[in-house]
Amino acid sequence: MDEQKLFTVSASPHTKSPVTVRGIMLDVIIALIPAGFAGTAVFGLRALAVIAVCVVSCVAFEALSVKIMKKPMSIGDLSAVITGLLLAYNLPVTIPLWMCVVGSFVAIVIVKQLFGGIGQNFANPAITARIVLLVSFASAMTNFTAPKALDAVTTATPLAVLDRTADISAQVAEGSLPGLLQMVIGVRGGCIGETCAAALLIGCCWLLIRRVISPIIPLSYLGTVAVLMLAFSRFNLTFTAYELLSGGLLLGAIFMATDYTTSPINKKGKLVFGIGCGLLTVVIRLFCSLPEGVSYSILLMNVACPLIEKVTAPKYFGFVKKKKEKKAKEGAA
Amino acid sequence: MGKNRPDAILKAVSKGRGGVSVSHHKLTADLETVRMPAPERVVLPMLQHIGAPCTPTVKKGDTVSVGQVIGDSDKFLSVPIHASISGTVESVADVKLANGNMAPAVTIVSDGEMRLCEDIAPPEVNNKEDLVKAVRASGLVGLGGAGFPSFVKLTVSPEKPIDTLIVNAAECEPYITVDYRECLENSWNIMNGVYTLAELLELKHVVIAVEDNKPEAIKVLKKIADMDNDHGNAVRLMTLKSRYPQGAEKMMVLSATGREVPAGGLPADVGCIVMNVGSVAFVARYLATGKPLVSRSVTVSGDCIANPMNLRVPIGTSMQDIVDYCGGFVKDPVKILSGGPMMGTAITDLNVPLLKSNNAVLAFSKKAAGFKKESPCIHCGRCHAACPMGLIPTDIEKYALLKDADTLTKLGAMVCMECGSCAYSCPGGKPLVQYMRLAKSVVREAAKK
Ligand code: SF4
Ligand code: SF4
Repeated sequence: MDEQKLFTVSASPHTKSPVTVRGIMLDVIIALIPAGFAGTAVFGLRALAVIAVCVVSCVAFEALSVKIMKKPMSIGDLSAVITGLLLAYNLPVTIPLWMCVVGSFVAIVIVKQLFGGIGQNFANPAITARIVLLVSFASAMTNFTAPKALDAVTTATPLAVLDRTADISAQVAEGSLPGLLQMVIGVRGGCIGETCAAALLIGCCWLLIRRVISPIIPLSYLGTVAVLMLAFSRFNLTFTAYELLSGGLLLGAIFMATDYTTSPINKKGKLVFGIGCGLLTVVIRLFCSLPEGVSYSILLMNVACPLIEKVTAPKYFGFVKKKKEKKAKEGAA
Repeated sequence: MGKNRPDAILKAVSKGRGGVSVSHHKLTADLETVRMPAPERVVLPMLQHIGAPCTPTVKKGDTVSVGQVIGDSDKFLSVPIHASISGTVESVADVKLANGNMAPAVTIVSDGEMRLCEDIAPPEVNNKEDLVKAVRASGLVGLGGAGFPSFVKLTVSPEKPIDTLIVNAAECEPYITVDYRECLENSWNIMNGVYTLAELLELKHVVIAVEDNKPEAIKVLKKIADMDNDHGNAVRLMTLKSRYPQGAEKMMVLSATGREVPAGGLPADVGCIVMNVGSVAFVARYLATGKPLVSRSVTVSGDCIANPMNLRVPIGTSMQDIVDYCGGFVKDPVKILSGGPMMGTAITDLNVPLLKSNNAVLAFSKKAAGFKKESPCIHCGRCHAACPMGLIPTDIEKYALLKDADTLTKLGAMVCMECGSCAYSCPGGKPLVQYMRLAKSVVREAAKK
């Protein structure tokens, strides 16, 4: 027989969309940049140091663990960079740098790689790491510095000082609460990446335009919080706005609740997931002694995610009719 | 009347889901179909349709003429095979097909004359039964790619009355332009086919479906639809937003009528027949001339083909001859496809015959073939969002690997039509269609037990 060169055979389709995992992750990183800038502007250069340490140690831990586990090198997918950024954004600027390294270890090695790497973890690595740090080093994790623009004394976050029983405008006038405008541009106490609502919303737009995330989770999450807070405050718009802008709500709703691996894949599931996050956040904020509920809510919903996917399983094409037919048959019999 | 049914259309729009937008690459859209001269020899496999293979009715050394029956079967799900060139039977033996299977085949060496068989005469068709018989005798299978015997679709059982014929001119696969050329070049036959079928099958509605990126075809088809005659048949043109896989049967039925074909069912279950526009034109031609299916149009294209073309080729011509006729390759291809890039089959070498159901021969270089490194699933949901059947391919993959037939059935694995939208959109480059096939075979195996 002649030595004919054989052509490549593979399953259809024989063309692929240009979207890659790396491309998606790059888009998320781009979307996170404005919040990083805002954090540095508000809290000073030390914020940049925290971010750098987190990113570098996350990537290093990722490289190390895949090396040890003898898996293909995976830092090229950039997902460890995102984990590092998100972790840093969830830390106060005063955090000792070694704690950043501990946090990165928890996020990458324990939550992500021990469960099988990208796509396999059941909880969001950055959130879990933050909670672990919060539980282990409570005081360091809640040592918030007031923004550079104000005097650099230790100050609590708006959520911690917000007196839900008193009039908001009075609290602002007293100076115990930052003004609404300050809340939007992020000049307030809090974690590095969570304070500047404007920057987070810019990032959100980027993710939506690039179709990286679906709007369902952020909308249902924020919507649920808004509706419940409105109801709780008897339609006090200012109060509701403060609730939406404070804490890590925006950062969580846009960047962490939408994490692919730990949120449902189907539309209905996403809706339930978002509403669940919103409900839990409100309950924790209003009825628990904890000031901040976003991380815990998302973590709890992460755990519930497989269950949600199961209950909200989408109907495939032609399914409804089949069921009806069956019922009709049963009815006839 | 059925001409304007906004309710149905609205429903279809609101229900329509999934799909992907792929680049069209219709390089050959403006090239008139060229009739390829008879090759030296043709190889005619006895299985060119879904169903039972034919038994050869000729033997080595026989002289055959164009249109002569050379294989037939008495099984229901089968159609006869006809000689596509005139000449002598060289052999009756097993050959390899494009999909890698082996099948018995009749090889004919041309005498260069393309002599028509004397028995060819227009069939007499006065009613449904005649039509079904004639279409079976014509050897027609769906020309759009699946290769399902067409007469079966036209066989209307009394329990499942048919009221709508959908003429599929969507041609949503990239590169392929045979249906488009059919619309421009054979509009007369399409028109005759549409009205004859509507009359003989006593249909209430005919919907001609075409994608909105083919304005020239729309013009022609619109004329056909507007000639709505006095038979009371409402013929209407439906332009679809260009999106893959609009041309899939179940999608067509949904868009045209708002009816959802039940899982595991056929369009006939909801009163519809879907026929490819080329098949409709062929029926008209056959009824007028009696010349069976011995040649077909194919698009020869891809970045490695010297002169991309639309060709009219005798069935059984080897892919090698077809590529040679188009000037061979300008660069070394890594992949040759029989069919479109989304659903076609990759073949190992060019030494395979063109079958009745092959609508394209495409040759791609490495760059055009779109290889992507496979990486783990990131649970991004793109496969689910793209699936027109509403499946969750990544879950099905998981359970297919676990061989869990029950869960797979629950997840609806069997309704997958292997359209490829999921694998196309996966950022991880996962071969999801392969897993879907695995899932289906797991379910089928379990059902056998
Ligand atoms: S190949 Fe199957 S699972 Fe994938 S998109 Fe098409 S129908 Fe859905
Ligand atoms: S598209 Fe690919 S990566 Fe995304 S969920 Fe589906 S299989 Fe996983």
